[in-house]
Amino acid sequence: MVPLSYYLVLSGILFASGVLGFLIKRNIITIFLSIELMLNGVNLSFVAFAAQWHVLSGQIFVFFVMVVAAAEAAVGLAIIIAVYRTRETLNVDQVNLLKL
Amino acid sequence: MTPNKYLWLIPMFPLAGAAINGFFGRHSSKRAITAVALTLCGASFGLAVLIAAGFSSASAPYYFDLAHWLRSGDFQVDFSFYLDQLSLVMMLVVTGVGFLIHIYSVGYMWDDDGYYRFMSYLNLFMFFMLTLVLAKNYLMMFIGWEGVGLASYLLIGFWFTKDSAASAGKKAFIVNRIGDFGFLIALFLLIKHFGTLDYPALFSKIQPLVPETAGVGLLTSIGILLMVGAAGKSAQIPLYVWLPDAMEGPTPVSALIHAATMVTAGVYMVARSHIIFERAPSASTVVAVIGTLTALFAATIGIAQTDIKKVLAYSTVSQLGYMFMACGVGAFSAGIFHLMTHAFFKGLLFLAAGSVIHGIGGEQDMRKMGGLRTYMPWTFATMGIATLAIAGIPPLAGFWSKDEILARAFDANWVYWLIGVITAFITSFYMFRLMYMTFGGDYRGGPAAHDVRHESADAHAMHDKHAKDELAHDTHGAPHHGEHGHGEPHESPWVMLGPLVVLAILSLFGGFIGIGDRFQHFLDPVFKAAAEPGLQEPVREAGENTREYLLMGISVAVAALGWFLAWLLYSSRPQLPARIAQHLGRLYTAVANKYYVDELYAAVFVNPLINGSTTILWHDIDQGAIDGTVNASADAARHISDELRHMQSGNLRSYAGWVAAGGAVVIAYMVWMGIR
Amino acid sequence: MLHLILFLLFGAFCLAGAVNLLAQSHPINSALSLIVVMASLAGEYLLLGAEFVAIIQVIVYAGAIMVLFIFVIMMLNAGREEVTRGSRIAILLGVPGVITGSLLVGWVLLFHANTVSVPIGAEHGGPTQIARLLFHEFLLPFEVTSVLILIAIMGAVVLASKPEAVAKSHPPQPPKEVPELVGAGKEH
Repeated sequence: MVPLSYYLVLSGILFASGVLGFLIKRNIITIFLSIELMLNGVNLSFVAFAAQWHVLSGQIFVFFVMVVAAAEAAVGLAIIIAVYRTRETLNVDQVNLLKL
Repeated sequence: MTPNKYLWLIPMFPLAGAAINGFFGRHSSKRAITAVALTLCGASFGLAVLIAAGFSSASAPYYFDLAHWLRSGDFQVDFSFYLDQLSLVMMLVVTGVGFLIHIYSVGYMWDDDGYYRFMSYLNLFMFFMLTLVLAKNYLMMFIGWEGVGLASYLLIGFWFTKDSAASAGKKAFIVNRIGDFGFLIALFLLIKHFGTLDYPALFSKIQPLVPETAGVGLLTSIGILLMVGAAGKSAQIPLYVWLPDAMEGPTPVSALIHAATMVTAGVYMVARSHIIFERAPSASTVVAVIGTLTALFAATIGIAQTDIKKVLAYSTVSQLGYMFMACGVGAFSAGIFHLMTHAFFKGLLFLAAGSVIHGIGGEQDMRKMGGLRTYMPWTFATMGIATLAIAGIPPLAGFWSKDEILARAFDANWVYWLIGVITAFITSFYMFRLMYMTFGGDYRGGPAAHDVRHESADAHAMHDKHAKDELAHDTHGAPHHGEHGHGEPHESPWVMLGPLVVLAILSLFGGFIGIGDRFQHFLDPVFKAAAEPGLQEPVREAGENTREYLLMGISVAVAALGWFLAWLLYSSRPQLPARIAQHLGRLYTAVANKYYVDELYAAVFVNPLINGSTTILWHDIDQGAIDGTVNASADAARHISDELRHMQSGNLRSYAGWVAAGGAVVIAYMVWMGIR
Repeated sequence: MLHLILFLLFGAFCLAGAVNLLAQSHPINSALSLIVVMASLAGEYLLLGAEFVAIIQVIVYAGAIMVLFIFVIMMLNAGREEVTRGSRIAILLGVPGVITGSLLVGWVLLFHANTVSVPIGAEHGGPTQIARLLFHEFLLPFEVTSVLILIAIMGAVVLASKPEAVAKSHPPQPPKEVPELVGAGKEH
């Protein structure tokens, strides 16, 4: 019998790690990986709450999150490729033409 | 009180004239303009005469309520007109003399480009003056009061392209406003303590009050403040400085506004408020003292003036002083009597001076005149009559009125009388000086001007000090009379001489109205009914008649003495004045420079005000604070956005950083709310 | 007891993978760590009784999406990360923000949340039950996501295709633009 809050804490740690990765990392692909990490953390909390309230919709929602993550990964990676073609770099600090 | 439904038309006719000429005059023919102006002014005069003819003391006073105006709680003021004996006299003087001067102006201003403007302004002035005189409450009087100030400004600065004229107009208006401030405060006090400004209602409330003999009470304050207003409008000390400058305006303006009517508004106002002054002895004393001192002061300045109009201007100030002296000692009817006769002879003097100026092509300096009696006989004759009148030579009008004032002044305090007599001597002197310099001897002006040596000797001692005076009045208007150019002096046309003759007749015979106290008794219902029993003039005892004849004799003797002295100095021994001036040295310089009063005012009031405004109000507050604030807020916005724009760095990670930080704040807030 | 041990075991793997993702400098290592995280998460799901979700996690997430990531990493030949001067704000504001936020949340969850203990396999999410829900109540979102995936496919194809390939299928556009941009990129 594990208290649900443990799962939620784990989920939070995963999410926080994802955000940290987003902030710290310079390679755009690694940043994307951090985003996926965040999404996974959220998935865990959905399933945990589905277990607590005995509502299966939580798990259904995980599906949709996964679908969105897949679509986003596909399109995002395509954008990365396009940017790489023009800027020859994967360093996110060097893609800053939009600054004021 | 009986209603009279024609009263309101008297001011309205000239207003219509002003409007018509003002709006349509620019493109109308001069005949049309003249017709409109003269007809409407004449209609006003005619109606005034008709009403006067039907005037009956039994049914007086007449009134007419034109329209509602202010309603504020219990306080109410309407557009109402009022006619009692006092306003009747004023109304006749204003419309009569005004009409004559309108006729005169037709001739005088005919060649001026702004002819339509002039006639429009003249009519406008008539409207305001009549509103002032026919008002039924102080607020209507104030409308007229301010309005005549406006008309005065417009007319003094009529040739506005000339700097000195524009400045003179401004000076007149501003100094007037200072007086008006006092007048307004007095009105506020009246409203606060009596709740009404309507003459009948207000005076009936003041009637039962006891005279304030101890200290400065309410009525004394009101009286003094009213006097401040009167001093501004009627050019008394210390607010007289605008009147000599007002000579920049065309001569008909000087005649109408600054001799006959506008400047007398102050006297009328004091007379109308006699109930207040009778119950405030200190205020009355103030009035009398100011009047007396001004009379003497202005007369002394008049001795040394060389511009013909300036002499008359100071003379006006001096004569107004006489009127205030009369009102101050309680002789209101005497003051009004002198107002009437003064309108006749001073108006005549100014018009005649205008005729002289017109006839010699614009010259106003008396040192360049002389010998004009052969060239302008009619002007000489009429002006001579006016001079006799103002000097107080019997049986002309001025003698009766001035003597009445002096007699009543003697009753009050012999010091007033003494100063009045001295002033009468000086008045006679400078007026005959004017006559001798202008009409006597040989003609000194124009291209046939004689040597400097033959000029009146004043010039020798003072010629460079009068440069300012000479520049001030140059020509008598633009455009110059081409055909009169540098020709011989000539008499004026009959359109100008006619009014001169009429006024001369009035100056000759107008005084007889006052014989035997007839004039005074006519005004009795106004002044007597409300006087305190103790303040009534003492009944003439038998022995007093001799005293009265003695006083009369003294004033006549004094006038003759002045005439003799003027003859001596300017006709018989013309080299004397220069020697006397040199002997007097500094004293003469001071008098000739009007005791440096204008310079004093400039140093004490005007320049500090201008400097203060420039440095403090303009530089510090307007540019520094207000502009500074606006500019600073613009700068602040720019700086803030300058700092904030760094948030948009184009760097993905910094955006994520901001989001994370914001998210932490939100989470913290939610936890805190949950905890509470 | 076993529940707790298993939970802690899988949790440790998760955290190890997450930390490794942050620690590694080469993206391929980070990707592989993420696969470890996903696998252990599948274990967590099983502990919570979500069988179908766990299997789908492994097949789709770890098996398809991560493979896609690795393909891209290899295609772009991403090397070790250079250490460039990045954003100060991210470090100064973001990291403390994340840490405080998560600490707060953690503290709330541990001490103030009234959550119950869940037994092992608490909510049984077998394929039948999932399918029943998916095709009854969540039919519309299901269909919409299929459209979403279609759009994503098209978008990815368009975005990632070479410019000449796009130019061939579209009316000719001035070709000079692209080399300039590439040149501009090189200047940096």
